Amino acid sequence: MTATTATEWEMVVGLEVHCELATATKLFCACRNAFGDEPNTNVCPVCLGLPGSLPVLNRHAVELAMRVGLALHSSVEPSLFHRKNYFYPDMPKDYQVSQYDEPLNVGGWLDLPDGSRVGVTRAHMEEDTGKTTHVGGGGGRIHGADHSLVDYNRAGVPLVEIVSEPDIRSSEQAKAYVNELRAILVAIGASDARMEEGSLRIDANVSLRRPGAEAFGTRAEIKNLNSVRSLGRALEYEVRRQAGRLEAGEPVVQETRHWNEDEGRTSSMRSKEEAYDYRYFPEPDLVPLAPSDEWLAGVRAALPVLPADRRVALAAAAGVAGTDPAVATVVHLGLDDLVLAAVAAGAGGRLALNRAANELAHGAVPDAAAFAGVLRMEGDGRLTATQAKAVLAELVASGGDPEAIAKAKGFEALDGGVVAAAVDAAIAAAPEEWARFVAGEAKVAGFFVGKVMAATAGKADGKAVTALLRERMADR
Amino acid sequence: MTSAVDIARDVRAGARSARDVVETHLSAVAGREAELHAFNLVLADEARAGADEIDRRVAAGEDPGPLAGVPVALKDNLCTRGIPTTCSSRILEGWRPPYDATVVARVRAAGAVVVGKTNMDEFAMGSSTENSAFGPTRNPHDPSRVPGGSSGGSAAAVAAGFASLALGSDTGGSIRQPAALCGVVGVKPTYGLVSRYGLVAFASSLDQVGPFAGSVADAALLLDVIAGHDPADSTSVPRPAPSCSAVLGDGVEGLRIGVVRELLEGIDPEVAARVSAAAAALDAAGAKVEEVGVPATTLALSAYYVLATAEASSNLARYDGARYGLRVAGDDVTAMYGATRAAGFGAEVKRRIMLGTYALSAGYYDAYYGQAQRARTLIIRAFDVAYASYDLLLAPVTPTTAFPLGAKTADPLTMYLSDVCTIPSNLAGHPAISVPYGLGAGGLPIGVQILAPALAETTMFRAAAALERSLA
Repeated sequence: MTATTATEWEMVVGLEVHCELATATKLFCACRNAFGDEPNTNVCPVCLGLPGSLPVLNRHAVELAMRVGLALHSSVEPSLFHRKNYFYPDMPKDYQVSQYDEPLNVGGWLDLPDGSRVGVTRAHMEEDTGKTTHVGGGGGRIHGADHSLVDYNRAGVPLVEIVSEPDIRSSEQAKAYVNELRAILVAIGASDARMEEGSLRIDANVSLRRPGAEAFGTRAEIKNLNSVRSLGRALEYEVRRQAGRLEAGEPVVQETRHWNEDEGRTSSMRSKEEAYDYRYFPEPDLVPLAPSDEWLAGVRAALPVLPADRRVALAAAAGVAGTDPAVATVVHLGLDDLVLAAVAAGAGGRLALNRAANELAHGAVPDAAAFAGVLRMEGDGRLTATQAKAVLAELVASGGDPEAIAKAKGFEALDGGVVAAAVDAAIAAAPEEWARFVAGEAKVAGFFVGKVMAATAGKADGKAVTALLRERMADR
Repeated sequence: MTSAVDIARDVRAGARSARDVVETHLSAVAGREAELHAFNLVLADEARAGADEIDRRVAAGEDPGPLAGVPVALKDNLCTRGIPTTCSSRILEGWRPPYDATVVARVRAAGAVVVGKTNMDEFAMGSSTENSAFGPTRNPHDPSRVPGGSSGGSAAAVAAGFASLALGSDTGGSIRQPAALCGVVGVKPTYGLVSRYGLVAFASSLDQVGPFAGSVADAALLLDVIAGHDPADSTSVPRPAPSCSAVLGDGVEGLRIGVVRELLEGIDPEVAARVSAAAAALDAAGAKVEEVGVPATTLALSAYYVLATAEASSNLARYDGARYGLRVAGDDVTAMYGATRAAGFGAEVKRRIMLGTYALSAGYYDAYYGQAQRARTLIIRAFDVAYASYDLLLAPVTPTTAFPLGAKTADPLTMYLSDVCTIPSNLAGHPAISVPYGLGAGGLPIGVQILAPALAETTMFRAAAALERSLA
């Protein structure tokens, strides 16, 4: 396979994301919904599927599922639970209660930071299964294992399955979709969205077609994607695999494939012919779920501002494009209020975004007034970029007044004449480099900036030095 | 035999000890249980201890409740904490539920004394109690004949005086049909009136727990105890149930009662004659009785055998050997499932699981399950039309009196026809009661059935009580 292959094919991806809802109790019983407890301690007759037990729907789980739907611009509709029938030891009843052709949340979309929009087909409710550990033999899979252990603590935990339209065209976009979805789920309090704990799990449907083609190719469904990184790697692998087949004149087989993280490849689990017939039918132990208008309105009113809307507001206030990467980063870090406050206090929007995105990604958040103060000093030219970052670091570490910190560090703006003299000295000392700069080799500017910095003990402003160099070149 | 109403009254008043009551019933068990096999498990020691506790409470001035000291038998598909609950199936071998069914908790709380778990067709699938993995129950009126089913053990236990009252479950007639064949009263309440929590499911949208009793008043007493909202059952009617005991003397003056023409077709003349006699008696008591057509009821049997088996195929999937009950080892998990289910289920259960699986399969769903649901809707509409003009309907319970053991086991379809008159009420979710109304050839009991619209149990009980009085 050649590196050019992928560019000759268009990747078409739809994602199914299973999200565990952050309820106190399970979907159909009062058992604790908690990760990491002693196995089989959060169980009862209902979630163990004991004979005679019956499910009772958790109202809070419905509310969280409605929040998910509203955040994805879905239409929240009267819905029905079905039974999805198949045998597996981690499923106590040997059927899963899920929603089928009448899901709670219908349609919708997700706007990504890069400005693209991915359609949402549906977001339906269902119960999680238990967790099986296969011991010995078959590499962690049931066939060939010596024995298997099942933990039913997870059985009956409420899930929302969010199914996207096949609108995703690159692995980067797929990763951005999942990251944005996680941000939304956390923002609305629906889930902790921790992939490492399995509270967010992804299946990817992947196919290829020639750019410009309308019809979709045959897809493969990839399972066992346990991180955003795995998702990206698996999609890249799958594109190469499918392209290889298509270019060799072999068809892509509709099948379910398993991503092996260690080997970095997917392998066939079962083909379409071997696919289960789930024999869906309406769950007779539950009644139809039709949230009232009042309930829906209450849930809608209580929704927080979503990341996409926060990005729009922040970009507008900072005077930059909504797709600016720093905007997404600041919102992701939850620093938009800080930046908005700084801008309101007179700091430059661009500068505030960049400093927040790059200097405040870790550690404490500084006092908003002090943050604005540093930015103003930098914007006025009283601090160089390097000095401003140093003051900011001190603010984050110990707090204090930016003016006092700058003074203590000796960061007083140099007299313009001192810098100009240092620039002229540097040019005179390096005629060869100067000739290259004059000839258009812009990167040589860094050499001169370094010399001037050394001569001024780091107090010169790099930008001012570059500007002076350009002046000298024009004045020749 | 003393009625449950009298037992409870006497025990509460301290006029008779619960221990004496239970000993009387245990003596009856000792006398005929070996012959009849009404029970999968007799709880003699527990019953004596329970009775002593009731007596202690009465002596202490407490009121043990409306069923004080009344011996009650429980169909073996009702979960009992710490006590085996088998559904008369090998597959639940060794399983002891960690909880009581809601109805079990309610009868215990009302002061009843549980005397045992009764035999049944395996997972309530059958009409003769011959499909029990533990051998058939026999009819107390003629031990060469079946008691009906699937709650045959409960019907026989009450008929033989082993228990004053019993609980059964009715999915397609499993209370009313054996009640008729054993000459006792049997009630299928409105779907949702009685909690299903702890009733091991056969067909969830049809199953309903109900009483067996020696009289209409006793049946009302037990129904009043078990009826009412249960938050653990999402299909439970969310409001208090009216008392049926309170209306028994209200009579039928002015009630409009229709005799369902379609349900008299193909019925033995001696059974049809008792339905006519019942119609005449109710008419004489002041009701306006006439024949009425409810045409869609003829669709019921076929629709039922699609819907009930479809639900059963899913409900019974959990018996796979992984968690409880029987496990037969296999080389891998699929082989274990196969071996366990092959050894654990009887022939009729396997037949219905296969039927139901087929009915839900891709490509067949609409032709079978979808079509049956549409038929169910037609049946409900047909009843709605009838109940616009009538307060109650009258019909046979069974086409014949009790048949000999083995007479129908070779032909499942013939067996299924035993429920042709009872199934429509299950599909509609309506209540119906089987009241003994005379005897046929060989002294075998005949029951007549009173059907009522949803939640009209009180009207139904008024007519049942009037019918019972007409025999006296």
